[in-house]
Amino acid sequence: MSEQTDERQEDQAPQQKPGRPANRLKLAKLRDLALIPPIIALLIYGYTLKPDVFLTKSYLVDTVLKYQTELALVVLAEALVLIVGKFDLSLESIVGIAPAVAVFLAVGNTSMLGAPWPTWTVLPVALIFGALIGLFNGLLIVRFKLSAFIVTLAMLIALRGLQLAIVGGATISNLANRVPVIDNLGSLRILTIPLSIWIVVLVFGLGIVVLGYTRIGRSLYAVGGNPDAARAAGIRVERVIWVTLIVAAMLAAFAGLMLSARLGSVAAAQGQNMIFTVFAAAVIGGISLDGGKGSLFGALTGVVLLGLIQNVLTLAEVKPDQIQAVNGLVILVALVLARLTSGKAQD
Amino acid sequence: MDDEQTPVVEAVGVAKRYGPTVALADGRLSVLPGETHGLVGRNGAGKSTLVGVLTGLLKPDAGDVRFNGEPAPSLGDRAGWRRNVACVYQKPSVVGELSVAENLFLHRQPRGRFGLLSPSKLRRAASDLLEEWAVPVAPDVPAKELTVEQRQLVEIAGALSHGARFVILDEPTAQLEARAIARLFDRLATLREQGVTFLFISHHLPEVYEICQRVTVFRDARHVVTAPVAEMDTDALVAAMIGEARELVRLGEDRSPVPADAEPVLELENVAVQGIFEPVDLTVRRGEIVGVAGSAASGKRELAEAVVGLRSRTGTIRAAGRTVRPASVPDSLKAGIGYLPGDRNVDGFVSVLSVAENTTMTVADRLGPAGLVLPKHRDAKARKAIADLDVHTSGPDQLVGELSGGNAQKIVMARALASDPDVLVLVQPTAGVDVRSKESLLGAVDAETRRQRGALLVSDELEDLRVCDRVVVMVAGRVVAEHERGFAEAELVAEIEGIGDV
Ligand SMILES: Nc1ncnc2c1ncn2[C@@H]1O[C@H](COP(=O)(O)OP(=O)(O)OP(=O)(O)O)[C@@H](O)[C@H]1O
Ligand SMILES: [Mg+2]
Repeated sequence: MSEQTDERQEDQAPQQKPGRPANRLKLAKLRDLALIPPIIALLIYGYTLKPDVFLTKSYLVDTVLKYQTELALVVLAEALVLIVGKFDLSLESIVGIAPAVAVFLAVGNTSMLGAPWPTWTVLPVALIFGALIGLFNGLLIVRFKLSAFIVTLAMLIALRGLQLAIVGGATISNLANRVPVIDNLGSLRILTIPLSIWIVVLVFGLGIVVLGYTRIGRSLYAVGGNPDAARAAGIRVERVIWVTLIVAAMLAAFAGLMLSARLGSVAAAQGQNMIFTVFAAAVIGGISLDGGKGSLFGALTGVVLLGLIQNVLTLAEVKPDQIQAVNGLVILVALVLARLTSGKAQD
Repeated sequence: MDDEQTPVVEAVGVAKRYGPTVALADGRLSVLPGETHGLVGRNGAGKSTLVGVLTGLLKPDAGDVRFNGEPAPSLGDRAGWRRNVACVYQKPSVVGELSVAENLFLHRQPRGRFGLLSPSKLRRAASDLLEEWAVPVAPDVPAKELTVEQRQLVEIAGALSHGARFVILDEPTAQLEARAIARLFDRLATLREQGVTFLFISHHLPEVYEICQRVTVFRDARHVVTAPVAEMDTDALVAAMIGEARELVRLGEDRSPVPADAEPVLELENVAVQGIFEPVDLTVRRGEIVGVAGSAASGKRELAEAVVGLRSRTGTIRAAGRTVRPASVPDSLKAGIGYLPGDRNVDGFVSVLSVAENTTMTVADRLGPAGLVLPKHRDAKARKAIADLDVHTSGPDQLVGELSGGNAQKIVMARALASDPDVLVLVQPTAGVDVRSKESLLGAVDAETRRQRGALLVSDELEDLRVCDRVVVMVAGRVVAEHERGFAEAELVAEIEGIGDV
């Protein structure tokens, strides 16, 4: 008994000294960093594979990160939707359809709706088109209370079909030097770093501030964690969900433009199957599928980790016909690792 | 009691910590066959943690549990535990989407032909069970549609129907009204005569005296004393719980009468919710606490929900002179109405968010410039609430889902107070709160209203109603009576209970 007495005083200490920073905070921050050790391990492993190139800036920037920028934006979009307690599978089809529509109206072989439209319309049209899809999803999910999973699944299928119709099974190619936004997104560099990377850094920075330190951002967590409690606390639950769906769709549309810019074309299958990787990155990064939990920084580390894995696999000369199977396995391992290092259940 | 008897359950040296929090340091308990054993202690003393260990749901860090002298089954052996102990947990444990019948016979559904489940047998077994327990619920209703009272009755009936001879009840009465409690106690007495043993947890000490033979007190995660109730009067029991000898204050005794010409802060004119309650006129003046008493079916809770904008309603509501838009919580907040919901587990808090986040949820716009939320401000507000309401937590960053029931309730109160409202609408504010904390919660209401706020206190607990300056009684959707402070309690109870007969 007597030896346990100190323990009991320890237990009460936090109450008596309200000024003491709680351990919890540090712990929560630590969980955000759970993927840093595996990322470092991968960097080291990559270095042992190709010591001369791997850790150079040009390799990391132009071979690893540049290819993750679109994925990163879509993961951010999906993370927002997951945190607010919903699902959006249609994001991957927006990645394809939004640039397809915008580019088609500007330089496509059509006279529909008074096309060709001026090329400056590509960016706003893509964003507005994305927003409209988000708005419509919101209408069905929020107003008519349909299941987000099914609504966005149907939307995914419908938009895929629409894209095939527009692009006609082929590819709108040779965009270089025809659409300024596409040129800039594709090749402009600031301080030798591609614009797309800057954009991702900026958007994530903004997202982290908004989610962590603004009223609307925090309300996403409240709504995702317990919509009834959020409503009783005066949060306009429906509006928060709706706005989140629209913002996510716009982010996906922008990611689509970046992808088209990098490839110099809009393929009929642009964005296809991306959603699986998006969910994998988000969950590995600590976003809960149940809503209310997770951070954008965590999601970003999830993206980086997956990107590194892919590159390291290529460097390790895994055969192309095996790479997908190996990739799937590695994602499972990454999930297990993330579970072990963060110590919390993934749901 | 006969010391030779083998205890039905015996726990020694049970310890459990969660990270830095010591939930239980020295849990000890010994319950003799046939007795009803009380377990009391302040919020966060470790009672529910011990229950978790006794029912095999929590793995203790240390300690030993024995049933009838035999070592407890291994943690994986659920059937083994169920044979020894049944439990009604503090948090609801029904599956909302399943019907009452399916909940009652979860994983032990009666089988029919070919070994397949038989829906008709299930229905019949469930209605028999519900009838036996006089639970006025149809077996086909989805569990999520039950009221708190019905849900608890279903859980209690379910737990008892497992046939275990030892039943744990973790705060079964916290959200039941007087009649239901009386009914429950009758059942318990009958069962006790048949040799069933109970462990009964409650913050209502009179209940402990009414039905328990012996009582165990926990304080600060450890066992303090076990004694026959006859040898411990309320003062001694309270002293053991709070660790110092100090009499409980009788709250509200010294409230001065509110002047008749005091400015109204909340005015209800012809406010009605269709099918629930008929037009109500009610005025709360500055400095006044108006109680609304009534049973679960009286519509009192719905009245509160209509006032705060959670229900659509007809009629006019003015807060501090400003007309409030119907069915808009943000507008009611803006008009200066603060709200504490009646069932914290439903819409009281977000369990995956921190104490700080939950307490400031209603005032997220006041935590920094331009819609920014500065964690420093947020934590400061939370620390103040923690200190004011005496919340047992490791700090503003602890998740509310990890708090004990009563401490979570205090967080919900803090949330209601955070917006600095002109008028507080409180529904069952002290549910599951320990004696001392009840004092501090009601004390807060008392003090806040003296500072020129008003409060509408919806409750069926006499202790809550005692602080009110005025109490109106609702029966079946109508206001039937009004009393000034100092009302005769028996009369009030009779009026509240008149309901079932209407
Ligand atoms: N999952 C958890 N994680 C962290 N701390 C926890 C967890 N569960 C309980 N605790 C802490 O353990 C302590 C004891 O909690 P417990 O639920 O046993 O209290 P209690 O005596 O039942 O209180 P109440 O009367 O309010 O129900 C509390 O301080 C609580 O915050
Ligand atoms: Mg408890």
